[in-house]
Amino acid sequence: MSSPALRASPPAASRQPRRRGGFWPTVILLIGAGYCLLPLLWVISAATKLPGELFTTFSLRPSFNGGFWENLKQLSQFRGGQYWRWTLNSLLYAGGGAALSTMVSAAAGYGLAKYRFAGRDIIFTLLLGAVLVPGVLLAVPQYLLMAEIGLAGSYWSVLIPCLVSPLGIFLSRIYATAVIPDEMLEAGRVDGAGEVRIFFSIALLPMLPGLVTVFLLQFVGIWNNFLLPFIMLSDENKFPLTVGLYTLINQGVDQPGVYTLIITGAMVAIIPLVLLFLVLQRFWRLDLISGSVKG
Amino acid sequence: MPQSSATSSRKEFQPTSRLAPWLFVGPAVLLFTFALAAPFLYAVVLSFRGIRIRGGGLGMREEVAVGFKNYYYAATNPELWAGFGRMLHVGVISVPVMLTFALLFALLLDSPHVRFRQVSRLAIFTPYAVPGVIASLMWGFIYLPGVSPIREAFSASGLTPPDFFGEHAIFFSIANISIWGSVGFNMVILYTALRGISSELYDAARVDGCREWQIALHVKLPLLLPAVILTGLFSLVGTIQLFSEPKTLEPLGNAISTTWVPVMLVYRDAFISMNIYMGAATSMFVACLTVTVTLVVLKFMQRRERRKLS
Repeated sequence: MSSPALRASPPAASRQPRRRGGFWPTVILLIGAGYCLLPLLWVISAATKLPGELFTTFSLRPSFNGGFWENLKQLSQFRGGQYWRWTLNSLLYAGGGAALSTMVSAAAGYGLAKYRFAGRDIIFTLLLGAVLVPGVLLAVPQYLLMAEIGLAGSYWSVLIPCLVSPLGIFLSRIYATAVIPDEMLEAGRVDGAGEVRIFFSIALLPMLPGLVTVFLLQFVGIWNNFLLPFIMLSDENKFPLTVGLYTLINQGVDQPGVYTLIITGAMVAIIPLVLLFLVLQRFWRLDLISGSVKG
Repeated sequence: MPQSSATSSRKEFQPTSRLAPWLFVGPAVLLFTFALAAPFLYAVVLSFRGIRIRGGGLGMREEVAVGFKNYYYAATNPELWAGFGRMLHVGVISVPVMLTFALLFALLLDSPHVRFRQVSRLAIFTPYAVPGVIASLMWGFIYLPGVSPIREAFSASGLTPPDFFGEHAIFFSIANISIWGSVGFNMVILYTALRGISSELYDAARVDGCREWQIALHVKLPLLLPAVILTGLFSLVGTIQLFSEPKTLEPLGNAISTTWVPVMLVYRDAFISMNIYMGAATSMFVACLTVTVTLVVLKFMQRRERRKLS
């Protein structure tokens, strides 16, 4: 499964003699791509404009009057660098939450796939049920319980609910079933290795490609989450980017500099994640999800 | 344990110790109990309770059991049903349009004569990386008079610019944001499902003189149906969760009320009106409805599948 080979194959395939009929499909696809890129182009162009230019120049034409650096400076200085604080918080919630939840999912998926034990079917049914219940509707009860035990408003109140991901466990189980041969585990047992050691030294490595997908799904899910941190947190210094930017637009759309501040903030917030995606996209194993229906 | 492989099924074996599986499943079960099951049960309990003020003057606030009263209020609250109506209005637009385009793009990506495939696939997938709040902010500005490039284009060509925050247009404006955010992800799911189909099937059809669009319609589409159903189901559940899009557009215009969709109503009950009992009951009511709808749709789809096979 070497990636250079994978990347080399599409050009080779497209070198087949091209028959007619490729024009309109290509046009439709490019229109779709344009539609998906339009807001990103708009936000990048708008972030280059000084507050005075935002409403006066054509919106898709970027400005080169130093507005971009000015906006970045304003954004950095906003309330003593609070924007970067939100960015760090987002990274902490999404990075830490996704890493921990991937470990939990990997272990649970492996346990459910490779052992037969009393209670396994109940756990599995409960997990499937939890995939169906929209997470948004649990946010309010989760807040109430967190408030009851005094955790509401803390970093943990956002992290803990993200740690258990029914979909992540589900996918890990499918993956573990598919890639870990029982013979390997048996061989480990014959050699006298303990169950935990077998998991870490034999099972984990083949599961890695699947776990990258689980990690990315969780990372994006937590990074994009709005309602949970919005409900849980009241201290602005603990906000992730989504909640921070929302409070900005909610507080003062009528103040002059706020528009450019929000636009620049939005742009800076999405560019790193988009880049991360482009770099990691060949590690995505989304066939896990589409494959799970066939089973 | 050499004898275990002989006694148990080929796929699974008896653990060396009865505790071994719990070492792996345990953390997830604990977290599941604490973060999902307990809040759920706690909300069920709260939804049957309420505050009663006893005595005159300042009175005493005490928590009492109220039976199904909260549920009765929730089920007879016209705002909740109006919210469901608006949610459905958005969903009726966004889910079919999103699925159609996700399917169309996936089929185009999979057909042999299309160019710029890699670039298009990445571009269409990119919005998935953008948080709903930020997507709504960007589209909110694109809709907003004064900075909207679309309105500018209309004005420049002498047409009346559309009012994206209008009474009817707002449903399309919100649906558009959710289509934009999800079409790429669903396209990739469907595309990966397509890649899993053996190409020999197509070769056979091509030999029989089928054209590419005929292959797409008559060979690929039926094979893709399970994946389409799955993505459709996820989108359906996604519509019920509709929150960040309308919540973010709310300050930008006055087309959106604070109880525009059910989840916004739950939020207002629990956190602005500070009636957590009512919030819990509404939450449960919406959750039950969601699960029921999901199961009914699943059953319906399964039955259709089975009828097709038999």
